[in-house]
Amino acid sequence: MVLDDLRLSYGDTRALDGLSFEVPAGAITALLGPNGAGKTSTVEICEGYRRPDSGSVRVWGLDPQRDGAALRARIGVMLQDGGIYASARPVPMLRHLASFYAEPLDVDDLVARLGLDSVTASYRRMSGGEKQRLALACAVVGRPDLVFLDEPSAGMDPQTRLAAWDLVEQLRRDGVTVVLTTHLMDEAERLADRVVIIDHGRLVATGTPTELTGGSDVLAFCAEPGLALDSLRSLLPPGAGVLEASAGAYRVEGVVGPAVLSAVGDWCSAHDVVPRDMRTGRRSLEDVFLELTGRELRA
Amino acid sequence: MTASTLPGGLAPRPAAAPRGRILHTQTAAEIRMTLRNGEQLLLTLVIPLVLLIGLSKLPESVVSHSPAIDAVAPGILALSVMSTAFTGQAIATGFERRYGVLRLLGSTPLGRSGLLVAKTLGVLAVEAVQVVLVSAVAFTLGWHPQGNPIWALVLLVLGTAAFSAVGLLIAGTLRAEATLAVANAVYLLLLVVGGVVIPADRLPSALQPLVSALPSAALGQGLRDMLLHGQGLPLGAVGVLLVWAVVAGWATARTFRWS
Repeated sequence: MVLDDLRLSYGDTRALDGLSFEVPAGAITALLGPNGAGKTSTVEICEGYRRPDSGSVRVWGLDPQRDGAALRARIGVMLQDGGIYASARPVPMLRHLASFYAEPLDVDDLVARLGLDSVTASYRRMSGGEKQRLALACAVVGRPDLVFLDEPSAGMDPQTRLAAWDLVEQLRRDGVTVVLTTHLMDEAERLADRVVIIDHGRLVATGTPTELTGGSDVLAFCAEPGLALDSLRSLLPPGAGVLEASAGAYRVEGVVGPAVLSAVGDWCSAHDVVPRDMRTGRRSLEDVFLELTGRELRA
Repeated sequence: MTASTLPGGLAPRPAAAPRGRILHTQTAAEIRMTLRNGEQLLLTLVIPLVLLIGLSKLPESVVSHSPAIDAVAPGILALSVMSTAFTGQAIATGFERRYGVLRLLGSTPLGRSGLLVAKTLGVLAVEAVQVVLVSAVAFTLGWHPQGNPIWALVLLVLGTAAFSAVGLLIAGTLRAEATLAVANAVYLLLLVVGGVVIPADRLPSALQPLVSALPSAALGQGLRDMLLHGQGLPLGAVGVLLVWAVVAGWATARTFRWS
């Protein structure tokens, strides 16, 4: 799937502002960004649901607008708001959707796999977790090539989330391409082969989670705000730097090894600084996002 | 969550079922949902039949026709079309839009166009049930319709087009709760002063020009002209219904939001 220079406005609001990226086949791609970044609009254009103001999308060479019928047979969609009749029960709803496809999954196997086999309530009376598992089942029942999951685990209980992740990982093992939107870092880190970070309708960064988080380590600690860092900088070995990311939260980035630890320790004792919550490790996607956009993902 | 993998796996085998089977499944589901929903049944069958029986007992002095059933039955047929094509369809579609059902089905091989076809076929099928039941009850009450029944069916189909277009216009633009309120309020208003059951010429004269331009009066009066007075296809009514169908259909195509 190739997206090229997508632009889309709703009135005065620019939802997508020249967004381009590619989605590799047979892998899980996570679109990551805060609410309002343009993730859902992007997915809607790829599904043929929305027409961009300009730019193009090709899915296996198909134009979602012009070749909608051919595309619809090959995609599965999980919506945030379910998309299921309020009066529908899991098995009849899935059998109904399955009848639209020539070779659908076995509905009994699918409901058993997702723990919906004992659910006889109508959709409006199901628990939140049951609703989301049913929405996920609806997305895969037609044996699609490409599955779009919009915030699949938003509001899921932990058990449901693990079941959903498990199914998504099986999709990848079985050769299905998965595109999911999320603002949850752990979801992207756990599932994604490729992460596409979007903010203000633009591509901010893309790569594997390792590529995005790799390259440098971090040593973070908290202390009183406004410390003069020049003296610490002069102690650090080459390739490491320090900054005050937010008031009282300090980050040393670069090659964090024993030399850095000892430099920070010496500096603290010389300046009578007591560091709290000191941790070292690889940067998280959250760190990367904060660094690239200056914004908290959850904002 | 009981098994760690799905027996047959999830390997892609994407292919749509034959178009005819898809449309058949969805149409059958639309009909089932209407006929199994208590509120929809009240609207589509109970109210028209109760009114048919109740109004047929009115004295000649009120209906100014004897037997009363001859004057009442055509209006009840018009009311049946209005309840299914307009009120019932608007409310169901409004909530399906709110819950994302339209959006989800539109992304399956059914597609948006298939969904519209299935909804239309579903409305026509429910109307066929209504026409059969209303006519059967009317015949037992001594109904003797005049005119050509084929032309009456043509007008019923035109009425369906006009009312569906207006119903979908509301369902595709307003919030689901607002659609529910508006569809019910308009139904009641048209039932009383829309010229459906009570002829427009029996309403206050100030209202008459306005009411005659409504699809409810066109359908109700058109059916009375044919089935009560034995006239041919009333071209005035055909014109009014066509204008409503085309104008509301055009507006719906431009404004309908699928989610």
